[in-house]
Formats: sequence, structure tokens, C-alpha cells
Amino acid sequence: MASKNSRGRRSFLKGAAAIVGTGPIAMAQQAQVAQNRSVAAPGETASAARVEVLTNERPGADFMLEVIKSLGIDYVAANPASSCRGLHESIINYGGNKAPELLTCCHEESSVAMAHGYAKIEGKPMMSMVHGTVGTQHATMAIYNAWCDRVPAIVILGNEMDAVARRSFVEWTHSAQDAAVIIRDYTKWDDAPSSLQHFAESFVRAYKIAMTPPMGPVAIVASGKLQEEPIEEKDLRIPKYSPTISPQGDSGAIAELAKLLVNAENPVIVAGRLARTAYGMKLLVELADTLQASVNDQRNRMNFPTAHPFYNTGNIANADVLLTLEVEDTFMLTHRMSPLNRIGMDPARRITKDGAKIVSISSLELLQKSNYQDFARYNEVDMNIAGDGEATLPILIEACKKLITPDRKRALAERGAKLAEIHTRNHEQSLAQATLGWDSSPLAPARISAELWAQIKNEDWSLVGNDGFFGRWPTRLWNFDKHYQFIGGSGGEGVGYGAPAAVGAALANKKYGRFTVNIQNDGDLNYAPGVLWTAVHHQIPLLTIMNNNRGYHQEVMFVTTMAARANRDVSRAGIGTKLIEPNIDYAGMARAYGMQGIGPITEPKDVGPAIKRAIEIVKRGEPVLIDTVTQGRG
Amino acid sequence: MRPTTFLALAFVLAFALPLAQAQNATGAAPVGNAENGKRLWVKDNCYSCHGFDGHGGAGAKLAPKPIAAAAFIAFVRHPSASSMPTFSSKVVPDADLRDMWAYLNSIPAPPTAKDIPLLNQ
Repeated sequence: MASKNSRGRRSFLKGAAAIVGTGPIAMAQQAQVAQNRSVAAPGETASAARVEVLTNERPGADFMLEVIKSLGIDYVAANPASSCRGLHESIINYGGNKAPELLTCCHEESSVAMAHGYAKIEGKPMMSMVHGTVGTQHATMAIYNAWCDRVPAIVILGNEMDAVARRSFVEWTHSAQDAAVIIRDYTKWDDAPSSLQHFAESFVRAYKIAMTPPMGPVAIVASGKLQEEPIEEKDLRIPKYSPTISPQGDSGAIAELAKLLVNAENPVIVAGRLARTAYGMKLLVELADTLQASVNDQRNRMNFPTAHPFYNTGNIANADVLLTLEVEDTFMLTHRMSPLNRIGMDPARRITKDGAKIVSISSLELLQKSNYQDFARYNEVDMNIAGDGEATLPILIEACKKLITPDRKRALAERGAKLAEIHTRNHEQSLAQATLGWDSSPLAPARISAELWAQIKNEDWSLVGNDGFFGRWPTRLWNFDKHYQFIGGSGGEGVGYGAPAAVGAALANKKYGRFTVNIQNDGDLNYAPGVLWTAVHHQIPLLTIMNNNRGYHQEVMFVTTMAARANRDVSRAGIGTKLIEPNIDYAGMARAYGMQGIGPITEPKDVGPAIKRAIEIVKRGEPVLIDTVTQGRG
Repeated sequence: MRPTTFLALAFVLAFALPLAQAQNATGAAPVGNAENGKRLWVKDNCYSCHGFDGHGGAGAKLAPKPIAAAAFIAFVRHPSASSMPTFSSKVVPDADLRDMWAYLNSIPAPPTAKDIPLLNQ
């Protein structure tokens, strides 16, 4: 039997009003009831008998959940954490485990990375819930990726600030004075509310900040006591959420930019993290068509259709006007370093021609922090327009259209025809390059990409893995023309993003009935492969193609470079960089987590049949993994 | 003299001319052992960027039809590509490079794109 002094027990007057009803109004009413009741003081003879109550049917977490629900958050990804146990229980019981539904994760990094991938498809955040100390420490990498990728994520950090409320030594090791400090350098905002009303306002504020461009992760510290103690505050209410209107570039500056663009002989548009939505992609097409201008897509988002005649036709060295839209690093875009290796490195050389005008439109001007250096080198441009790219494009398009005379339109059309020829040549070159290594074993990524395309092109497909380490072959061979067909990469290049982000994105695609494909790097999967189990457990259909090149081949190159520079043995560069001896059996790994695993596939002739079999499995609503053994780096 | 100019001159004197002379003297491309070249190609991690059969990837396409052996060796000694490491003869001797070149030269041409149905979708 528990001691009468056990913490967490509370004494109430016998016969206190039963708590009924749900929702914020009901809870406010119940809080009023609780406020009005009297409690017998020690040694006092109360008119009503004092009894010990070991239950609490109205914990604060219920109200917290009402706040979370009010924002339309559909999922909470979490590895169970005792400091979040109150909220956890409210989600599954009080909330019925629906909107939000709890997603069982095997690692906090997976929780946040799932939210990262989900947000890029769904356009809104899911919530992650982690221990304020050890869980946050696990989650840091994924939070940093979301920060660098400008993706909204809401992370709840469970914590117990009241030292006398900590139940054991473990709770001391799992508590912090300032739990969010380790992620403050790469979150937009955080708070540690000390009351339920404070939680409500901070959570709604956090959501609003996360969703305002430039978007990013936010954190709310949820006190253990606040979650678990009965609701005693009166007049609790959930603040109204009104989305912040995205900041638009200055109209005068846009008019000046329009003049430059319309009069330019060879304008080049570069898109970074521009298209937050499908509308952003439509706008960029409209701008390109209006100007008959090249668009170089950095593929951080699905900005521009790959089959559009102006796609990736721009030569920055020949540009007289270079317009960058939500581009992080204009310096590297406009400069070359040779050699790239640090010893003997010449000063960076500007590649743009004399007199070229460089104009940037970016929301990043509105948010900079100092410690982590993701802001890149100083943005030395001719015009720097602070504003969200997508929100600014409509006025830029309108301004350009007003300036284009019929004569100018004819000249622009001639330029467009030349760009279309370049696009055709680029495509033919890609096809010719795809033949190289066509029959090779290990498999060439171009062959796998072509085999995949043949079988998914008639589906409503979505590629949720970055193809950067796959020679960009899907980008080069497939016809990407919908916003959800590509979501870019991790942002911070923190390894371990790929698999969980793909599962999160596939979850978002599931309700639309889309066929989701992930190209999964082997090194990345080994960080937290438990997310394969999460995909199975939550019945998330997803085709995973392993890019199993059995190593960290970019690092093989770097270590080889260092050895060569030192005139030492380059053949030893595989030490510490290759995943061999033994080879990892990814199909077996998938099976261990309950997922269907196919492979390893080493022969080109076996790729097509394996994909066919896998597609049937995905169409039954299940995830499946094909282990394809591939070349080193594309 | 700028360091880059000096390096370029040193390159010509040290490598390009002797190789060119060697080729001119024999009138034929240097002979290498393709089988040993294949082994070295993997051992020295060339495959990591250029593919097991030299078809390219993160690194340049080298096969089929590699550039002339002398040019190949000269490039390895002083690559112009920013991400290609410089390999001195102490790290990879000329004989090894000749063997690798022979391996690359032995790689057959792939089918053309128009002959591959999957590339004509």
C-alpha cells in the first residue's frame, strides 16, 4: 500500500462535483468548480469527511490536448518518455488517439525527421514529443535538419522543473533548468509555460511562428506537473490562431526588378527553397513563361517541372540578370574555387560576367542566428529584397507583364525557342549518359531509375527521398510535374534523415492514395532503422529502394584525397568509410522489423521483376524494401 | 611568378613532355595489364567516384574510350577538376596508371540509348 505521504495523492472534499464533459468550455467550467470547493486544513474538523483521492480524471494534459487539437495537428510522433506520460495518456484516451494519433517511434531523431518529411508533403507540422533532456539530445540532429531546411516542426519537451516533484534519481537526470537551450541555436522560438493558460498561448504562438516564412522548428517545454495535476485554473481558453500573412517584397523594388528582367538579354532564375506549395510552383512557371527565361532548380523543393523547356537551361556565367529565389548560398552559386581542397586553394573567383545584376528575393533576410553557420557567406548582390519568394512572385509577374511590349514579346519568344533546344540537348545527353554502366554489376543508379520509372510512371507517384547520392538519375529521367512529387533533402546534411523523413512523407501521401517511393542510402538507414518497424506498425505504404553502395563513398573520396596529398597509401581510405565485411543484409533487416524485404539484387536483369513484386505489395497498403547493390557514387 | 603559373610550367616540364616523348618514341600507346588494372582500380578506390567500370558518377566518365594514356596519366598527376585528388607517382606509379588505363580501354561500349527500350519511354 502506498504511503499517505506519497506524492501525487491529493485530498479533496468528499462529494466534490463530478467532472463531466469535454472541450475547453467544459474544462473551464470544471476549473471553476474546482476553484469553488473548499479543502479541509490539517487538524481542522471539516464539515465533510476528509478522504484521500488517488485518481485525477481531469489532468492538465487534457487541456493541453485541446489546444493541440485546435490547431488541426493530426499526428504526434514519439518514443515513449516518462516526462511526457501525462500528455501521452491524454492523447490515447481523452483524445481517443485520433487527430492527433500517436505514432510509435523507436528513436527521437526518427520522430522529428518523420515530422520533417510529413510537413513537406502536407504543408503543416505534426508534433513530436520527447524527453526534455535525453530525448532532446537524441532529437537534436533532426531538429537541426528541419531548421536548415526551413520546415515547420513542433517539438514538445517533457520536463519537471519542480525539484520536490521529481520521483527518483532518474527524474533528476531527466530534468533541466532550461531544457530547450541545446536546440535554441536552431529553433525559431521556444517557451517553458508555467500554467495551462500560458501553455495555450505559447503553443498557439509557437505554431504561428513555425508556419511563418522562413518556417522552422519550435519547441515547447511541457512541465510534468502541469500535465499530471488536476485542472485548477479558471476561465481557461484557447487563443484564436490567425496565420501570419507571408511577408511580400517591397513593391518599388519589385518594379525595378521587373524592368531589369524584361530588358535582360539572358536572365537566369535560380530557385532554392521557393515553392512551399503547389501554387509556388505554378507561379514560377508563369514567371518563366512570361519572361521566356531559364530556371535552374536547386531541387531543395519541387519548384519547377523537369520537362519544362526552360528547366535547367541557365548558364550563370552568361547571365546579365541573375534572380535568386529563396537561395541559401548565392556566393557559391556565383563563384568557383579551384582546387576545392583547402591546401593551395585559390581565392574564390566570381564567374558572373562584368555588369551582371544579381537580385535576391528571400525570407531568410528576416531571420539569422549567429552560432551555426548555415547562413553561408555574405550575400553580395545588387538588390536584396526581403520577403517570401512565393508570396512575392504574383506582384513580380504582374509587374513584368505590364512592361512587355509586343515587340519585346517576339524577342522573348525567340529566346524561349533557343532555351527549348538546350533543354532537348540536355535530355538527350542524360539519355546517352544513362547507357553507361547499363549492364554493370553492382548496379548503376541510372538503370535502377529507368526500371523504376517504367513501372511507376502511370501511378500517382511521389518520390520522397533525395536523389543527390543517386546521380540525380530520377530527376534526369523522370517527368516531375507535381509539387508533391519531390521534397528535396535534409537541409543540414545530417545523416539519418532519409528513412524517417520518407516514412513521414509517405504517411502524408497515404490519405491521398499516392504511390510513395524512397531511394534510401545505406549509411543513412543504419542510424535509426527502427523506423522501418514504425512504417509496418502504422501500415504506411512505401516502396524503399536501397542505394546499397556499401560505404560512405563521399568520405572514401575525402580520405583518399587526404592520403594522396600526404603521399601515403590511398588504398587504405576504405578503413572507417566502407560498410563491408560483413555486407549488411537490408532485406533481412526489413524482415526483422516485419517488413517485406527483397534482395539483395546485384544483376540488372533482376531489378525490373523485383520492382514489379514490390509494387504489388505497396498497393496492398504495406511498406516493402528492395535491397539493390549499387555503384559507389552514381 | 604566380603559384598557379609555376605549377603549370612544372607540370609541362615534369610530366607532359616526357610522356609525350615516350609515346612519340614508341609510336604507340603504353601497354598495360588490364587485369591488374582492374584490381588496382578497386584497391585504390577509383571506383568510388568513377564507377567499377569507369562509366562515371560523382567523378568523370572515363570509359569506354578513355582519353589517351599519356593524357590520362598527366591528368591524374595534375587534375584540373576541382574535386579530383592529385595522385603523385609515389602514391600511384606510372606503371599502375598504365594498367588502369588498359583496364578502362578494355571496357566495351554500352548499347546506345535508342537501343534500350527503357530509355525510350
